[in-house]
Amino acid sequence: MRVSLAWLREWVEVPEGAEALAERLTMAGLEVEAIEPAAPAFSGVMVAEVLEVAPHPDADRLRVCRVAAGGEPLQVVCGAPNVRPGLRAPLATVGAVLPDGTRIRRARLRGVESHGMLCSARELGLADDAEGLWELPPEAPVGEDLRRWLELDDQVLEVALTPNRADCLSVRGIARETAALHGVPLGGPRWDPVAAAREDRLPVAVEAPEACPRYLGRVVRGVDPAARTPLWMAERLRRAGLRSLGPLVDVTNYVLLELGQPLHAFDLARLRGGITVRLAHAGERIALLDGREVALEPDTLVIADAGGPVALAGIMGGAGSAVGPGTRDVFLECAFFAPGAIAGRARRHGLHTESSHRFERGVDPAMQREALERATGLLLEIAGGEPGPVTEVVSEAHLPRRPVVAFRPQRARRLLGAELADGEMRAILERLGLACEAPGEGPWRVTPPSWRFDLAIEADLVEEVARLHGYGRLPETPLAGSPVMPPAPEGRLDEGRIRALLADRGYHEAVTYSFVPEALQRRLDPEAEPVRLQNPLSAELAVMRTTAWAGLLLALQRNLARRQERVRLFELSMRFVRQDCEIKQEKTLALLAAGPAWPEQWGLDSRRPVDFHDVKGDLEALAAATGAPGAFAFEAAAHPALHPGQSARVLRDGEPVGWIGALHPEVAGALDIGVPVVLLEVALEAVRRARVPRFEPLSPFPAVRRDLAVVVDGAVPAARIAETVRAAAGPLLRELRIFDVYTGPGVEAGRKSVSLGLIFQESSRTLTDEEINGVVARVVARLEEAVGATLRQ
Amino acid sequence: MDLEELVARAEAEIAAAGDLRALDAVRVRYLGRKGELTARLKGLGGLPPEERRAMGQAVNAAKARLERAVAARRAELEREAVAARLAAERLDVTLPGRGQGQGTLHPVTRVLARIETLFHGLGFEVAEGPEIEDDFHNFEALNIPPEHPARAMHDTFYVEGGLLLRTHTSPVQIRVLRERRPPLRIVAPGRVYRRDSDLTHSPMFHQVEGLVVDERVSFAELKGTLHAFLERFFEARLAVRFRPSYFPFTEPSAEVDVACVMCGGEGCRVCGGTGWLEVLGCGMVHPRVLENAGVDPERWTGFAFGLGVERFAMLRYGVDDLRLFFDNDLRFLAQFA
Repeated sequence: MRVSLAWLREWVEVPEGAEALAERLTMAGLEVEAIEPAAPAFSGVMVAEVLEVAPHPDADRLRVCRVAAGGEPLQVVCGAPNVRPGLRAPLATVGAVLPDGTRIRRARLRGVESHGMLCSARELGLADDAEGLWELPPEAPVGEDLRRWLELDDQVLEVALTPNRADCLSVRGIARETAALHGVPLGGPRWDPVAAAREDRLPVAVEAPEACPRYLGRVVRGVDPAARTPLWMAERLRRAGLRSLGPLVDVTNYVLLELGQPLHAFDLARLRGGITVRLAHAGERIALLDGREVALEPDTLVIADAGGPVALAGIMGGAGSAVGPGTRDVFLECAFFAPGAIAGRARRHGLHTESSHRFERGVDPAMQREALERATGLLLEIAGGEPGPVTEVVSEAHLPRRPVVAFRPQRARRLLGAELADGEMRAILERLGLACEAPGEGPWRVTPPSWRFDLAIEADLVEEVARLHGYGRLPETPLAGSPVMPPAPEGRLDEGRIRALLADRGYHEAVTYSFVPEALQRRLDPEAEPVRLQNPLSAELAVMRTTAWAGLLLALQRNLARRQERVRLFELSMRFVRQDCEIKQEKTLALLAAGPAWPEQWGLDSRRPVDFHDVKGDLEALAAATGAPGAFAFEAAAHPALHPGQSARVLRDGEPVGWIGALHPEVAGALDIGVPVVLLEVALEAVRRARVPRFEPLSPFPAVRRDLAVVVDGAVPAARIAETVRAAAGPLLRELRIFDVYTGPGVEAGRKSVSLGLIFQESSRTLTDEEINGVVARVVARLEEAVGATLRQ
Repeated sequence: MDLEELVARAEAEIAAAGDLRALDAVRVRYLGRKGELTARLKGLGGLPPEERRAMGQAVNAAKARLERAVAARRAELEREAVAARLAAERLDVTLPGRGQGQGTLHPVTRVLARIETLFHGLGFEVAEGPEIEDDFHNFEALNIPPEHPARAMHDTFYVEGGLLLRTHTSPVQIRVLRERRPPLRIVAPGRVYRRDSDLTHSPMFHQVEGLVVDERVSFAELKGTLHAFLERFFEARLAVRFRPSYFPFTEPSAEVDVACVMCGGEGCRVCGGTGWLEVLGCGMVHPRVLENAGVDPERWTGFAFGLGVERFAMLRYGVDDLRLFFDNDLRFLAQFA
C-alpha cells in the first residue's frame, strides 16, 4: 500500500515527519519498506500560460511563443505539437534544473532566443509517456511554482501490510492506525448523502446472500463523457501507483484508495435487465476487462444480468459491460462480499486485483453506504449527471458480526510478562475503536469494530495491547521453569560424530537439492518410480531423489569443470523412496570419492586412483565408531549405477542398508566424468546405531600368533575364508588379520595366495604349542574342505 | 722392548683406532688372552723374585692404564658413531607432512550445530519431521486454512495425493505437540522448500524452529531468550528490536531485527541502509494451534520462533551469495574448516 503523506494528513494530524512516522508505523506492525519522494527533484518550474504562438522563421517544427509565468511575458521556443494560445503548461524558467540534471539556460534555437522550456509530464518525471506538453487545467494559477501548487514535495510511504491488516488497505485505515498510535482524533473529509435526482433504479436480486450479504447499487444518468479527472485526484492516484483512466474509473479507484472499499461502475446501456448476484452456472464463461476469457466454476460468485455474468464479483468486471469514453449512464456497484466467497478465486484465474486483494482479506461490512455516497458525490462533482436512489439488498443474518471477546487483564499481564495497568490496557483498546465493558470483577467484554476482521480471541487483544504499548517497552526475562534434562542416548552415534569422522578423513560436506533432473535419477535408479513434483521450477529440479548420489555427482561435474581433479564429498540428507504405496523418507549418508586416492604430496604414490577399498576403509571407520564393526558385512551384488565387479551391498546385522561401489563406466561416460569415482550410500540409522561398551577383563596371559599363507581359487571371497577360519578355530581365536593377497609368479594362474595372521589368546591360562598346533591343523583342514585351499609352500 | 715403550706404542695404536673394530683388535693385541701385555704378566714367573714384585706392579699399572685408554677411546668412538648416524638421518623438517588432508563441515551444518548447542544449554531437545508433508501439518493445524492469504506467501511445491514439500519447519511443532505432552522445549532444524528461485531465494533452504510450551510461559521470556541467543550466536552485544508482525500460528507475533552485524547499525549494503537486519520470526503459540494438537491453551502457553539458517550463515561468515551454499564448489566448502 502506497500512501502519500499529504493525503494522510488530510485525515489525521501527523505531528512528525515521514521518517519518524515510518518508524512509528513499522514498530506497530505496519512495516514501512520505503519512503519515496512524490516527485523527482526539479526546481524553477512555474505554471505558465501560452499567450501567443507564432511560426519560427527558420524551422517548420518549432514555434515561437509568448508565455506568461508571472512578471513580464517571456519568449519561449517550443516544438510540442499541442502548444496553443490559452494553454496552461509547466514552464522551466531560466535557471531551472530538471530531474535528469539539465539546467535551463537562455538559449538560441535556430537563431531565436528562448527564455525557458515548456515541459511535458515525462520531462518532469511525473509520467512514463507523454504526448506533448502537460496540459494543466484552466484553474492552474499562472506564475505559481508548480511544486508548491501540486504539493510535489510530498512523500510516499510504501507500507508492507500483513494479511491480517486489511483494514489498513486505505488512506483512512492507515490514518486510523496513525491516530490510535498518536492518541489523536481521526479527521478527514465529510460528505453528505447525495439526494436522488431521479427515480431510476436497476432491480437487484441477491441469490447468494451468504457470499454477498450486502449489495448497494445506484444509477447515475447523464455523466459528461468529455469530463476530465481533476489534477488533484489524478495526482493522488499517481502517488498511490495507479494511472488515471478517466473520471468513472478514477472515482471508483479513488474511493478504493481512500476508504478501502472496492466499487465497480457498469455502463448502464450495456446491461440487460436487472442485476443478479449468484454463483456461476457450470459451463459459463466471461470475457474480462483485461481481455481474457475465463471459464467459471460453480463456486465462483458472479454479478449477472439477463444475458449472463457481467463481472467476477469482487475481482474484475467484464469487458461487455465496461465503461468507456462514450459512457453517459452508469450503474455503480458497492457491495460487501464475504472473504470466503472471494478467497482463492482470483488466483485460480491467475488474477490479483486491488479489489480481490481487499475482499479476500475483509472489507468493513458497514461502510458500503458511505462509500457509495462518497463516490456519487465525487462523480457528480467531476462529471455531472443525475443520481437515482440507492438500492440496498442486505441479509443481516449473513453479515459478519464481531464477537464479544472476553478479556482478562490478569491473563494479559501474565502472557506478556509485564505489569500493565488496567487503565492503560483499556485506553489502548478504546483508542483502536474497541468497545470495552469492564465490570468490577470478571473478564471485560470487548467488541472490536466492524473493520477489524483479525480480532476474535483474547490473544488477539493481548497483541493489540502489546503493539500499542510498544513491544520494545515490554520486559525481557530469562526463560523460567526448570527444564527437563534432555536424554543422551549412548546407543546412538551423534550425527555430529559421523560428520566429524568423515571430515577428518578428508571429505567435504555438501548440501545438494532434494529434487534432481529426472534423466539422472533414472540413470542411477532405473527401477524406482520417483516422487514427482507437480509444479517443478524446471526440468532440472523435477523429481525427488531416491539416492543422494544424484546431487553429489552433479556437484562433482561442476567441480571437475572448475579443474578440480580430486573431489571428496559427503552429504547427510533425506531420500524419498516408495515402499508399499507409501513414501518413505529416510535419512541417508552418501559419499563420493573421485580422482587420486591421496592429495598430491611427496613420499607416497599420490597419483594412485581412489578405489573401492579406500572408500570401504572409510565405511569401516564409521563401523568401528559404532563399536560394532562385526555387525557390518559386504556382499558382492550388482547395482545399475555401479561397476558390476566392484560393487557390494552393505549389510548391518544381516539387513541390507546400502551400497558401495565404483561408478559404472557407462554412467560415468554418460555424465562426462573422466576420473575414477567410488560411491557409498547407507541408511544413516545403520551407522548411528551404536554399542555401549561392555568391559571385558584383560587377559594376563600372552597372545600367540601364527601366520598361514593359503592358496585358493581367485574367485573365493576373503570373507568366506575368514568365516571358515573363525568357525574352525573356535573361541581361542582372538583376532584374524588378512595381511596380504598375492597373485603372480609362484602362484598358479587363476588362484591367489592369501596371508592370514591368527592371534590366539585365553583369558585364564597360557596356551600350549600343542593346543595351538591342533587348532591350526583344524583350520587348514577346514579351509581345504570348504574353499579348496592349499598351504603355500 | 721395555714396558714403557710397549705402553706408548699401545696408546698410540688405541688413539689411532678409527672404529670400534680396530679398537678391539688393538685391545686383543695387548690385553687379550694372548696379548703382549698379558704375555708379560704370564712371564713374571720367570723373573727373579726380587724383580717380580716391582715388575708385577708395573705391568698391572700399565694394563689398567691401557684399559682406561681403550674405554675412553671406545666412548669417543661411540659418540662419533652416534653423531654420524644422527647426521646421516637429518631430515628436511620444512617438507610438508603426509596424510589424507582435512575435510570440512558445510557452513549450514556449522550454524545448525551452534544453534543446537546454544539451545541445548537451556534444555532444548532436537526434533525432526518429514520433508514431504501433508496439508494438515504444514497449513491447517497451524491455523492456515485453505485459501488463507498467508498461503500465497508460501509458494508451495506439491507432489501427489495432496502432499507437499514442507514450506517451513513449523509442522514439527504440531508433530511434537501431538506426540509428547508439555512441558517441552525443542528446536527443529531442517530443509524447507519454496517455489522461488532468484538471487536471494533458493527453492530449498534450511530453517530452525523453536518451541517452548509450559505453564506460564510469557512474551517477556520469548524476548529474553531470543535476545540472549542472538548475542551468543554472534558473540557480540547487539541491539535487538521486536516488531509486531503476523503469523497465523502465533499471537502475539513479532519479527526480530538485530542491529546490522556488518556495519554495527550505521547502515550498509547488507542491511539496505536501515541499520537493522530481520533475522527471526516469533510469537506466542496461537491458542488454536495448541487446541489442534490437543493441548489445553488455558493451562499451557508457549512461544515459538523460526529462523533461516543460510541467512545466519551469511551474516556470521560474511557470505554474500546465497547460491554458494548449494553449488558445493570445493573452493567454497574448503573455507569452513
